[in-house]
Order: sequence, then structure tokens, then C-alpha cells
Amino acid sequence: MHMFKMKTEEQKPKEQDTKERIHNFKEVCLGYTKEQAVKEAERCLQCAVPMCERECPADISIKKFIKHIADEKFDLALKIILEKNSLPGICGRVCPAEEQCRKSCISKPAININFLERFVADNSEKIVKNIKKIGKRIAVVGSGPAGLACSSDLALLGYEVVIYEALHKLGGVLTYGIPEFRLPKKIVMDEANYIKKLGVSINLNSVIGKLFSVDELLKEYDAVFIAAGAGLPYFLGIDGENLNNVYSANEFLTRNNLMKAYKFPEYITPIKRAKKTVVIGGGNVAIDSARVARRLGSDVTIIYRRSRSEMPARDEEIKHAEEEGVKFMFLVNPIKIIGKDDVDGIECIRMKLGEPDDSGRRRPLPVEGSEFMIECGQVIVAIGQGPNPMIGKTINLNIGKKGNIIVNNNYQTSISNVFAGGDITSGSATVIKAISDGKKAAKIIDEKLKRG
Amino acid sequence: MYRIKEKKFLAQKTYLIKLFAPDIAKKAKPGNFIMLRIDEKGERIPLTIANHDSETITIIFLVVGRTTEDLSKLNEGDDILDVAGPLGNPIKIKNYGTVVFVAGGLGIAAIYPQLKALKKNNKIISIIGSRKKELLFLLDEIKESSDRVIVCTDDGSYGKKGFVTDALKETIDEEETDMVITIGPTIMMKAVAELTKDKVKTVASINSIMVDGIGMCGSCRVHVDNEIKFACVDGPEFDAHKVDWDELLKRNSKYREEEHECICLK
Repeated sequence: MHMFKMKTEEQKPKEQDTKERIHNFKEVCLGYTKEQAVKEAERCLQCAVPMCERECPADISIKKFIKHIADEKFDLALKIILEKNSLPGICGRVCPAEEQCRKSCISKPAININFLERFVADNSEKIVKNIKKIGKRIAVVGSGPAGLACSSDLALLGYEVVIYEALHKLGGVLTYGIPEFRLPKKIVMDEANYIKKLGVSINLNSVIGKLFSVDELLKEYDAVFIAAGAGLPYFLGIDGENLNNVYSANEFLTRNNLMKAYKFPEYITPIKRAKKTVVIGGGNVAIDSARVARRLGSDVTIIYRRSRSEMPARDEEIKHAEEEGVKFMFLVNPIKIIGKDDVDGIECIRMKLGEPDDSGRRRPLPVEGSEFMIECGQVIVAIGQGPNPMIGKTINLNIGKKGNIIVNNNYQTSISNVFAGGDITSGSATVIKAISDGKKAAKIIDEKLKRG
Repeated sequence: MYRIKEKKFLAQKTYLIKLFAPDIAKKAKPGNFIMLRIDEKGERIPLTIANHDSETITIIFLVVGRTTEDLSKLNEGDDILDVAGPLGNPIKIKNYGTVVFVAGGLGIAAIYPQLKALKKNNKIISIIGSRKKELLFLLDEIKESSDRVIVCTDDGSYGKKGFVTDALKETIDEEETDMVITIGPTIMMKAVAELTKDKVKTVASINSIMVDGIGMCGSCRVHVDNEIKFACVDGPEFDAHKVDWDELLKRNSKYREEEHECICLK
């Protein structure tokens, strides 16, 4: 039996054909078929001490749910996942599994735990259990991954949870940031609907700090959890950055993902389509922007000031972008954006890597005299996002240098019964880090309120 | 859903809508705006809150593009899908002395809540401009809250013939002015800023293109005093002498072709 398992090949999910997919926004990765899921699950060695679980920020009983898949008990597998994570369809798609659960998997190649999670989420119905209400109320600010995760865990513990979302759609970065072809909005809405069924209500168009203050929320709720995210786009501060057709990645993605500008004029929000686009940055947001621009018909080049091995983006995303014809220029830094009204090009300088900096990565240094021009009609600045500044301005909270809300190890802010987590506290990180924050905060809020 | 409680035709292509939005109404202050999306396929557009009572907010808009055209076709009893607010920083209400408001076009609606709020502690002179008589509105209300009103039309069909800047020049030459507040077309605000430079402190409420209106996209960014500012969260009011007006003019014309396409395809 053991030998047989070792011989089963790693299952790779089917992907949408490259030539076709650059003309649509449909999901690229099509996920496992039932047969593939079972075969992949059968590869799992069911370790006595499952190292994968130690690495899971959502604390999922991975070994158990994989066993259920191997036994074709998919509903049971989903039940196991939902005990810890209410957002499996989302996590199964966007978790950097290769750096978490899969990293410590003993099987070679590592079991595709993320694809298995996704398979179960997509193919089984989420059963809502009856929850005994405990008569306490929590307000959650923001319906991104941290807010949703915190809300669902608190709801499962019997709290009445009300989410306040500033935008007209829920999901935060899952909705406005991550493109449809990587995370279909139907999945986000389905999982949010499951959370609603647990007893969480969601108020849209509710900008906390403007419509209601945190102080007002504290009068109505036993605690407040702030998960307002990192929505503030950073700019380079170089000449020409305010020329037309220079977008922050946030704007470019929001127009397309939240407002569906790629369907203009059916949807009314417009987006500029350029023949040639340059995306500045090396993270997942840069890759997402590049792949969206590609689908809008543009020739796309990503410029990154370090080398490929320092890119923070996931390998899978880089691979997908390359397949789709996105070009990469490494060790290149923008100096100036050129144009009269609109962008005509971008002046860059070549870089070389010096000594390691604070982040442990080798510091990029300009190579004197190596300036050159890239002609393009559009520039997307994807060099990172900072914590949303609005809420911090309206309450007397301790705020860090970057505008982040300062919390202690228990997600406690400087105001009693006001907690915060996700990107609003840490700056821009990953979806799963935010989910993990939301979950841990829920546990701490519960402990604190029960202690009284 | 936000129900339209009242709709009024005010002037050529200009309409007033009262929306049932009690939570926003409770917090609305002069200078605030809302982001509005009519329906599922709609875009988000910013509109100044021109007035409010305990349950409703009033918005006034000029039909300039697809969304405002769609909005003009809605009637009392119809619903608007999304309204978020009150956004932006409200004006500082204090004793300045003599305040001259300079408004053009839709800016007339935007100055109204401000001059009403400043009336109590200030002498208010309102200079209102439009291309022609048919585009003027809210004049009675503005007269009621101003010590003096000067109306200018480009073609002389109402009030003085000429631009608001001509009337402003005469006013600040004649009268000790402590503050100028200008709201209207970017080109007009630029001219006002040039006129009052080194003479009178001037603030302008800028009307950039916005997507979210809550500081997340940077579409509304403009250089103010050589620093990038977002109109939605840092403004919409800025020191008029520090705004890079030429940059703003360019940025505001960004989607002219798409706007045209969208209307033609209807």
C-alpha cells in the first residue's frame, strides 16, 4: 500500500489555455477534478506528526481533511476545514502554500494542500450549524480577510457581529484588489454569504470615522475590531508621476476588479487601454496589475529594481504572468516619467546588488551612466500600500510611523476594547496573515469579554 | 438603497435631488461630499452635499456625463443603490471677517452650505458666475445668506456681463477682504487663484476624478505645495495658491473620450 502511494504522480490542476485566457478574465486555474483530488489525497503519507499543520496560519487539521478526501468523504473534509477556516475557497486560491503547509510536507513533491482545500470548498456545501447566542455584540470595521475571519470565529462563539464596510461591496482587497482570474468574486461572495448565515450582518457604504466614529461604536458594542486594511497607495515621488495614464496599482485594480471597467462601456467606469504598459514593482500586486493590463490588450513589461530571486511575488504568479507574455526587466529603477499630458515613456537606470539591507535582501544600487528610456503609454505604480489613514485620523489611537495602528501581542490597541489586526496594523502583508490575525483576535476578544 | 424623496429641475441641465439618508444627514457638515453609485453597473461619482435636514441630504448636479444623465432621469420614489459619506474634510467655521465666495457653474451648489454656515460670524459677499441666465440657480437662497451678491454672465443675459474674476477684482480692490473661497470649474478657480495671489488668502474646493473617495486609489491626486495630496481625504479644500492648477486641468480631462463613447453608445 505504502509503495503504491509513493508511485502516484503529483496531480496538477488544469489551467485555462494561455492564448485564450489573455482575452478573458475567467479563472486561470481550473482546480482539481474529483479523480485528481482523490489521487492527490492518496499521496498524503498521513504522518504521525503532521508538520504541515504547524505551518498553517489558520490551524487547519490538514491531515484529517486530506484523509477524508482520499476516502471520498468530501462533506466531512469540508466540515473539518470549516472548524478552523471559514474562507477555504479563498485560501485554497491565494495562500502562499509553498511557504507554509507545503514547505514542511515530507512527500516529494509536496502534497498540493491548497488545491485540495479549494476542491473541497468548491464542491461541497457549507453546512451552517445552530449557534447559541451569548448576548454580546461586536463591531468589525472592514470586510476584508481579517474582518471576515474575525467575524466568523466570533459568530461561531455566539457573538452578534456587525461588519461595517466602507465600499459598496464586501471583501476588501479580495474584491477590489485581487483580479477575477485569480480569485473569482463569486467565491468571495459565497464565502461571505456563509459567514452571514453564521449570524454576521454586513453594513455596506459605512465609512467608519465619517459615518460613525469608533467611540459611537463602543457605545453600542462590547468590543470593536478594526481591520481596515492597507489601502493607501504609495507613489515613487518622481517627476511625471501625476501625468495622465499613470495609475497606482490600487486605482488600476479597483477600476477593473471592483468597478468592472474591463467591461466598459457595459459597466460605466472607464479604464485607459494603452498599447504598451510598464508596471513598477515586484510583488503580487505588480503581477496582478500586469496580468490585468495584458488582458486589456497591452504589451506589458514589469520593471523591478532587484533581481528575480528577490521578487516578493509568488512563483506561481510569476510563472502565469510569463506564460501570458508579460516581460520582466530586473535591476531596473524608474527615475522619471516622461510626457506632455499623457505618458510617453519612462526613464530608467540600471541597478546592481550591493550589501544586504535591513530586509536581508541585497540593496540595489544605481549603475552610473546607465540611464535609458522605455517608451510606453501607461505606467502602473505597484510599489506597495500603506495602512488606510482615515480611521486613525478620527480616533485618539496610538499610530505608528507608517500610519499603522499600534497593537500589543494581543491585538489590543491603546483604547480598551478596541482591537485591530490585519494590514491596518502591519502594513501590506498576505491574505492568510490577515486571516490568521482575525482568528487570533477573535479568540482574545472572546477571552477578554468572558473575563469581563 | 437610498430613496429619492424629492427631485427638482433647477436650471438648464441642473437638477436637485433629496435623498433619504438619515445616518449621513446626521453627520453632514459644510464642505462634505458623498460617493454615489446608481446601480450595479454604475460608476462611483463624488457629489457635494448642498444641504441636509435630519433625514435627508440634498445633492445638486449638472448633466455632464453618463452617470449624471442617468441620475437626471430618476424620479421621486426611485432608489439609488449606493451612497457613502459624509466624506472629505468640512470647512472651518470661524470668524474670518469679510469672506468673498466665488462660484461658477455647479460650484453655486457647493458654496451654498458654506456661506450659510459662515454667515453668522462673517460678512459674506457672493460672486456667482455662469455662461448665461438659463444656467443660474439657487440665487434666492444665496441672496438670503449673503450680505451682497454679484451675478455675472458671459453673455450679459443676467446681472453683469463678464467673468467672475472681473467682479472679484473690483470687490477686493474696493473692500478689505479677509478670505476668498472659490468653487467651480477648474479653469475658473485657477484664474481666481492667480488674481488673489499675494493679496488675499484663498481656498479652493477642487473637483478631481475619484473612484473610491476614501483615499485608496489616488485618482484624485494633485500636487499642492509640491506634495502629492488626495482631494478625497486631504481635501477637497486646499490653499488655492499652492495647487498645481495646470496639472489638475490635465488630470480632469483624462476620460473625456470615454465619457463621449459612453453617452454615444447609450
